[in-house]
Amino acid sequence: MIQAIAFYLFATVVTLSAAMTITARNPVHSVLWLILAFFNAAGLMVLAGAEFIAMLLVIVYVGAVAVLFLFVVMMLDIDFAELRAGFVRYAMFGLAVALVLLAEVVIGIGAWSAGGVELSSRVAPTDAGAALGSLPNIKAMGTLLYTRYLYIFEAAGFILLVAMVGAIVLTHRQRTGVIKQNVARQINRRSEDAIRKVNQPVGQGVEL
Amino acid sequence: MTAFFQSWGMAYEWAWFTATIVGILVIALPLMLAVAMIIYADRKIWAAMALRRGPNVVGPLGLLQSFADGLKVFLQETIIPSSANKGLFLIAPIITFTVALIVWAVVPFDVGVVLSDINVGLLYILAASSLGVYGIILAGWASNSKYPFYSAIRAAAQMVSYEVSIGFVIIAVVLWAGTFNLSGIVEGQRGHILGLVNGYGFNPLLFPMAVVFLISSLAETARAPFDLTEAESELVAGYQTEYSSMSFALYWLGEYANVILMCTLNATLFWGGYLPPLNIDLIPWFDIPGIVWLFAKILFFFFVFSWVKATVPRYRYDQLMRLGWKIFLPLSLTFVFLISGYLMLTRVGVAA
Repeated sequence: MIQAIAFYLFATVVTLSAAMTITARNPVHSVLWLILAFFNAAGLMVLAGAEFIAMLLVIVYVGAVAVLFLFVVMMLDIDFAELRAGFVRYAMFGLAVALVLLAEVVIGIGAWSAGGVELSSRVAPTDAGAALGSLPNIKAMGTLLYTRYLYIFEAAGFILLVAMVGAIVLTHRQRTGVIKQNVARQINRRSEDAIRKVNQPVGQGVEL
Repeated sequence: MTAFFQSWGMAYEWAWFTATIVGILVIALPLMLAVAMIIYADRKIWAAMALRRGPNVVGPLGLLQSFADGLKVFLQETIIPSSANKGLFLIAPIITFTVALIVWAVVPFDVGVVLSDINVGLLYILAASSLGVYGIILAGWASNSKYPFYSAIRAAAQMVSYEVSIGFVIIAVVLWAGTFNLSGIVEGQRGHILGLVNGYGFNPLLFPMAVVFLISSLAETARAPFDLTEAESELVAGYQTEYSSMSFALYWLGEYANVILMCTLNATLFWGGYLPPLNIDLIPWFDIPGIVWLFAKILFFFFVFSWVKATVPRYRYDQLMRLGWKIFLPLSLTFVFLISGYLMLTRVGVAA
């Protein structure tokens, strides 16, 4: 009963906020609706027993990606009329992408439930993943990622590393003529280096 | 408690639901009281270090000061700037306040005394605290005012930056404990050093992480010396400049609830949570309830927070970013590496 109520609540909010994301006039509102959709999708995943994925969704997408998104959208000066002008032009293209995605989901689920692909045990990290018993799904995922899918996992990490290095290389510029703060030098500076005590007789100048 | 409500003839689901609601109230209401008293403590400690008296008029020793302040903001007029984005302007403080409260669901107060003993407890805390940034960004943007917006941008960048090092510190602790569950982490600290001392913080490999976590938690809650989000000399009052009355009070409460939470996390992750410091029954040491130990530790860390606030001057923004990205990030990354190496060597054995 409670599960059903929670499911329909989350599902309704996801669908509505996804619709609002594409219909909201203000881009900032649009991003916020998107965040609400992410958050409720995380709720759905908790209901499905995938609490690890749910938490990661919130930490990574809501906590980091969407914040940067919001940053950019807030600071951009967007011409709303221009933004909406291309709607008809892109509608067909968007529809095609949506259809491809839907087809992929259907095919994926079909293949998974048919079990045709050569996976010795169809191990999905849910409670149903009987191959791994009743491990909490964070352990189940860890076991899978670090054994069966180790190379793919490492490759994914490597691609992200390359992307990160690339982003830094592209945006980093060496500025010249800037006086930099040398923190180590500041901390190491002692009063003996800076102050000299002089006991000078009256009437004679101090030699600097 | 679920069984108790079931004995009233409720179905299991609804008994669980009612029990959870009661549990939430049992945590949230004392928390609000704790926030009121901790604000008073903060002002008193700060005053003592500045050789002032602090609040001493309302109630005996000024104990009721926070309640007087609460009543004051409650009776004030709620002002919404005419050019503000009304909906978001009102939602923002609610987000901050709610997020500050929901995190407490996974904090263990004693053996088995926790509202929701989920196996991804630490990730839940990380997730909820990463939501906290929205309350601030939205306040800055929805106010439609220059200084709150600057402050919001600063706060967002600061929180996202320090979450990175907090994440690595948490990974170090999780590696050692082998679980994301907070109760599991506390239990893992029982007799951690030679079976005598409780707490990961006493471990030489984890102690630097404890220090990094303490400083990062100062930055994450935007306390001095990292309170650049409300640097009065530059930004009026920061992201909450346009807020008044209850919406301001929600920020205020949320901020201090977050501070207490960070103190609790410091105590729980590194200094044994509800366990006594030593694992020896010196005096009737084990008879003291765990919650007392936890509170003592929370209060100690809160004193440290206030102490820092009273004594350390504010950082400059570039220094803040330098500390986060150039010092804490490499340091915590190195220690994650060292710790996993050590654990690999001692627990798993050298890999073939």
